[in-house]
Amino acid sequence: MSDSESGFTPNEMMTIAASRALKNDDVCFVGIGAPSAACNVARLTHAPDITLIYESGTIGTAPQVLPLSIGDGELCDTAVTTVSVPEMFRYWLQGGRISIGFLGAAQLDKFGNINTTVIGGYPHPKTRLPGGGGAPEIATSSKEIYITMAQSKRGMVETIDFFTSFGHGEGGDHRKRLGIETAGPTLLITDLAIWKPDPVTKEFTVVSLHPGVSRAEVQATCGWTVKFTDALEETPAPTALELKTLRDLQARTKAAHAGTGKGKAA
Amino acid sequence: MVKFLPLSEAVAGNLNDGDTVAFEGFTHLIPTAAAHEAIRQGFEELTLIRMTPDLVYDQMIGMGMARKIVFSYLGNPGVGLLRRARDAIENGFPRPIEVEEHSHAGMANAYEAGAAGLPCAVFRGYRGAGLAAVNPNIKTVTCPFTGEVLAAVPAIRPDVTFIHAQKADRKGNVLVEGIIGIQKEAVLAAKRAVVTVEEVVDSFDELHPNLTVLPSWTISAISVVPGGSHPSYTHGYYIRDNAAYLEWDEIAADREKFQGWMQANVIERTAADFAGRVEHLRIAA
Repeated sequence: MSDSESGFTPNEMMTIAASRALKNDDVCFVGIGAPSAACNVARLTHAPDITLIYESGTIGTAPQVLPLSIGDGELCDTAVTTVSVPEMFRYWLQGGRISIGFLGAAQLDKFGNINTTVIGGYPHPKTRLPGGGGAPEIATSSKEIYITMAQSKRGMVETIDFFTSFGHGEGGDHRKRLGIETAGPTLLITDLAIWKPDPVTKEFTVVSLHPGVSRAEVQATCGWTVKFTDALEETPAPTALELKTLRDLQARTKAAHAGTGKGKAA
Repeated sequence: MVKFLPLSEAVAGNLNDGDTVAFEGFTHLIPTAAAHEAIRQGFEELTLIRMTPDLVYDQMIGMGMARKIVFSYLGNPGVGLLRRARDAIENGFPRPIEVEEHSHAGMANAYEAGAAGLPCAVFRGYRGAGLAAVNPNIKTVTCPFTGEVLAAVPAIRPDVTFIHAQKADRKGNVLVEGIIGIQKEAVLAAKRAVVTVEEVVDSFDELHPNLTVLPSWTISAISVVPGGSHPSYTHGYYIRDNAAYLEWDEIAADREKFQGWMQANVIERTAADFAGRVEHLRIAA
């Protein structure tokens, strides 16, 4: 697909669709990568007062460039306050202050369960991934969970190798049966579509296709048999302002991160 | 009483073979210089604890110094995977390594319990999480008042904790600013604590009363190492060297390249080299 001035890439559409899901009064616990870009596009467009929280303890942060890590100084410099990591997880997350936990995923199943721990078996993994970090408790203590990731058959699988973060488990009322009171995954935004869980089975169902995307393309890049809602919609294309905001943010980020190499001026 | 010591003496006097040790820093104030000194002194059979083991634990594991690692996020922050740690876990190279894995909430609570002198931490966590099934140190307790089932993990009590911080005063009190992470809890949970600082100032009398200050009597030794957290950063002094984190991904990908880099940049160097590494990253006054 073209990324000329009139066009946009699937990844840009994903980030912008994800940004639209966030509201001005949300308190959002931000995962690094795709969620971080979406949250900051929301803040720079329709949700200027959104509270963005990163697990390093920065509350109400407004970075000019996207952080490379969750603990970049930029996050602290622009935050309303910075608290310790135990306080972050005890008072703010466990205390029920977070409306949206925004996560990415290495592996995802149709019930919104996420694996970022291992590919293969746990004791002797084929690939050792970084692990959960804050995600296991973000997934259960945030009021709702949004997930964003680019579609692929390796990423969207029938069975995940490890339950890093619990989504809807085996579906239905599985969360409730484990004593988890929060809603869990309520939204999945990929580079091709917007998905929402079925109200009863909790299986992710496509509710909106991004412009120019076919049902066959969604199925071809997903490891489970995809369900589509009867009233399937088309995601509105990015506006000029949304695209400019995202591209400017990414350009500022690239310039900032490239500028710290050895022998270069800071 | 706290002693101001050269880093080599502070490490030699507080770290032993077989110790349980935390080199903490939540993507900020990472005590790289102290870790490199420990590598030069060649300690063995260490149990390494850290929430976010990054380059320094990749280096220590790659050098075969660790028998066990306790962590909650084993990544190169913002870049990807830790390739020396992966080689140890996936292939047993240069030696097999025992893994105890938690979530951030689990480790943060466990450090806090260690600082608080409690045997364990209790919190609402690990519900539906696979870690509870593979880590025998994740258990549950039932609240005696409400009947709610909560997660319990043992307190973290390192033999020694190393952190980096902004500054000490002449009496040896230490100021930590910015993303304070787990620095305070990691020091207070440990039997001994060693702090590297950017500088020593006459006094802290002019500071705001609510800043994070570790009193001198909570610390065993302080070493002045400007730039000592490179390629991490020290808030107010120099910024993060993102390029170094990106470069590490290539260095650590290859066993021989890794050994060559360690020889040239750690084994044959001293703590005094860190100041030069942050010159181009310093924040203009």
